[in-house]
Amino acid sequence: MRILVNGVWRETESRDLAATLAELGYGGRVITTALNGEFVAADTRSRTPLAEGDRIEVLAPMQGG
Amino acid sequence: MLKLYGAELTSRLLLGTARYPSPAVLTDAVRAARAEVVTVSLRRESGGERSGQGFWSLIRALGVRVLPNTAGCHSVKEAVTTAHMAREVFATPWIKLEVIGEDDTLQPDVFGLTEAARILCAEGFEVFPYTTEDLVVAERLLAAGCRVLMPWGAPIGSGRGLNNLFGLTALRAHFPEVPLIIDAGLGVPSHAAQGLELGFDAVLINTAVAQATDPVAMAGAFAQAVAAGHAARLAGPIEPRNFAEPSTPVIGQAFLG
Repeated sequence: MRILVNGVWRETESRDLAATLAELGYGGRVITTALNGEFVAADTRSRTPLAEGDRIEVLAPMQGG
Repeated sequence: MLKLYGAELTSRLLLGTARYPSPAVLTDAVRAARAEVVTVSLRRESGGERSGQGFWSLIRALGVRVLPNTAGCHSVKEAVTTAHMAREVFATPWIKLEVIGEDDTLQPDVFGLTEAARILCAEGFEVFPYTTEDLVVAERLLAAGCRVLMPWGAPIGSGRGLNNLFGLTALRAHFPEVPLIIDAGLGVPSHAAQGLELGFDAVLINTAVAQATDPVAMAGAFAQAVAAGHAARLAGPIEPRNFAEPSTPVIGQAFLG
C-alpha cells in the first residue's frame, strides 16, 4: 500500500497508523500525527486504519519563535 | 509579578528558540535572558532523524515553560489542528496562535485568528493570539475567550521596533487589565524598554537575540532593558511637552548681564 508520509510516497505493509509508524522507524519517539489533515491522538493510532493514498503528517518538537 | 493564565512569572522577557547558531548558544541565551517561557514549534521529522528529539531534551533540561506556536499556518483549520498536535506533544494548554494572512509582512489574518481563537478557547486552550494593535480585533479576541493578547511591534524578524506607537498606546489604555505582550519586530533592547515603559507587560523576542553577533550577550542586554523599562513604568515617567522647561531653579539666579 502506498501512503504519503510528510510529503514523500512510502510503501507500507502495515494496516494501521501505529504499526506504520513503527515500521517507518518512529518507535519510542516524541511525535504527533495527523491523517488526511485531521489530528490523530497517540492512543488512537492503533485503532486508525490506513488506506491507499492516505496523507500522514508526523511532526516533532522543533525550534520556534 | 506577571500573571499569564494563572502562571506567575518573575521574568517579563519571553524568548523564541529559533535561528540560534547552535543548541549550546540557545541554552546560554535562555539563561542569560532569565527567560521563564520559551516558544517552540512542530515540524516534520522523518524516521531516521533525531533533531526534534534532541531539541526537546534540551528544552526540558532548561526547566522553563514552553509556549508552542502555530507558525506558518494560513488557515483556521491548519492552526486548530496544529494546536491539537502541539497540546499532545508539549503537554500544555498554552498555544501561541498565529494565523498568517500575508506573506511579505507575516501580518496576522485577524479574521481567521478570531475564529481559531474562539474554537480553541472553547476547547480549553489558553490562547496567546499573535495579533495587530487593532482595538476591535482585540475586543473580539477577548470575547472569544483569550485572556492575554500579543500585539506585534513590527513584522516578524524585521527589527523595526514599535511601528505604531499611537496604536499600541491606545491598546494599552483601552485594556488596562489584560496582560499585553509585544510579540515580534523588536530589534534592539531599547525597543523592549520602550514597550515596558508604555505599560506593556512583557515582550517576546527571537530574531533580535538569535541573530545578534553574540546572542548570549544580547539576551542579557534585553533582560536588563526589560527590567529597566518595567521599573521606569512603575516609577511614573513624565509627560512629553513641546517647549523647554528649565530643570535648574531660576529663583535666586545671579544677574550677571
